[in-house]
Amino acid sequence: MDLSLSTETMGDRTIVRVGGEIDVYTAPKLREQLVELVNDGSFHLVVDMEGVDFLDSTGLGVLVGGLKRVRAHEGSLRLVCNQERILKIFRITGLTKVFPIHTSVEEAVAATD
Amino acid sequence: MATVELRFSALPEHVRTARLVAAAVARRAGVDEAVLDEVRLAVGEACTRAVGLHQNGGIPAPVKVLLIEEEKQFSIEVGDEAPHAVPGGPGDGPGDADVEIEEDEMGLAVISGLVDDVEVSAGENGGSIRMRWPLTPPVTLPA
Repeated sequence: MDLSLSTETMGDRTIVRVGGEIDVYTAPKLREQLVELVNDGSFHLVVDMEGVDFLDSTGLGVLVGGLKRVRAHEGSLRLVCNQERILKIFRITGLTKVFPIHTSVEEAVAATD
Repeated sequence: MATVELRFSALPEHVRTARLVAAAVARRAGVDEAVLDEVRLAVGEACTRAVGLHQNGGIPAPVKVLLIEEEKQFSIEVGDEAPHAVPGGPGDGPGDADVEIEEDEMGLAVISGLVDDVEVSAGENGGSIRMRWPLTPPVTLPA
């Protein structure tokens, strides 16, 4: 399965819905999407990972890169994920302390800090 | 001992194939269903690392994956042919490849977090990551 990406704006937040597999082959597409959004002035991103079937360290690297970019503009990058097998990778790498992880897009959009 | 060997050109698009093959062979060998996600992720990380090493080093050789079913364990060995810097030797130290090194370390961190039994070896002629998982003993029905 390939990677699917779509975006939607909710107030000052931009929702990036990701589906499929994020790995060494597909991660560059996600990186391009995040870079493009930041370059276009979207600094508060919510990455919805509910449709993600697979995530590896390359994908984690892209998300960390996205976080660095939005923070350079005092922005934010929040994740939405309820899947244990995906959450496990964030725990193993200690990235649960770096990313705010929410259970729904609505919760992520409503969150401030 | 049953062994499946897979060789693929060091291209990112083939890593998914390696993951699928590894998971299929692991399932057939009797690796617990609950662990298959970890097998898939770990072998993907090891192959991604090998692909990166080959691409960065301009190495045309394929990446090699050995899937070995033994009596009580299932092993996966991912081999690369990239010359690894010997600590303290030439080429060891900070350089332009810092970003690649960071990603490489993240991949290894994921593997060590997932797999209890893992060996990473590296030499001047290449390196390998060997990972082992115990096999679930077959259920025997009482006579």
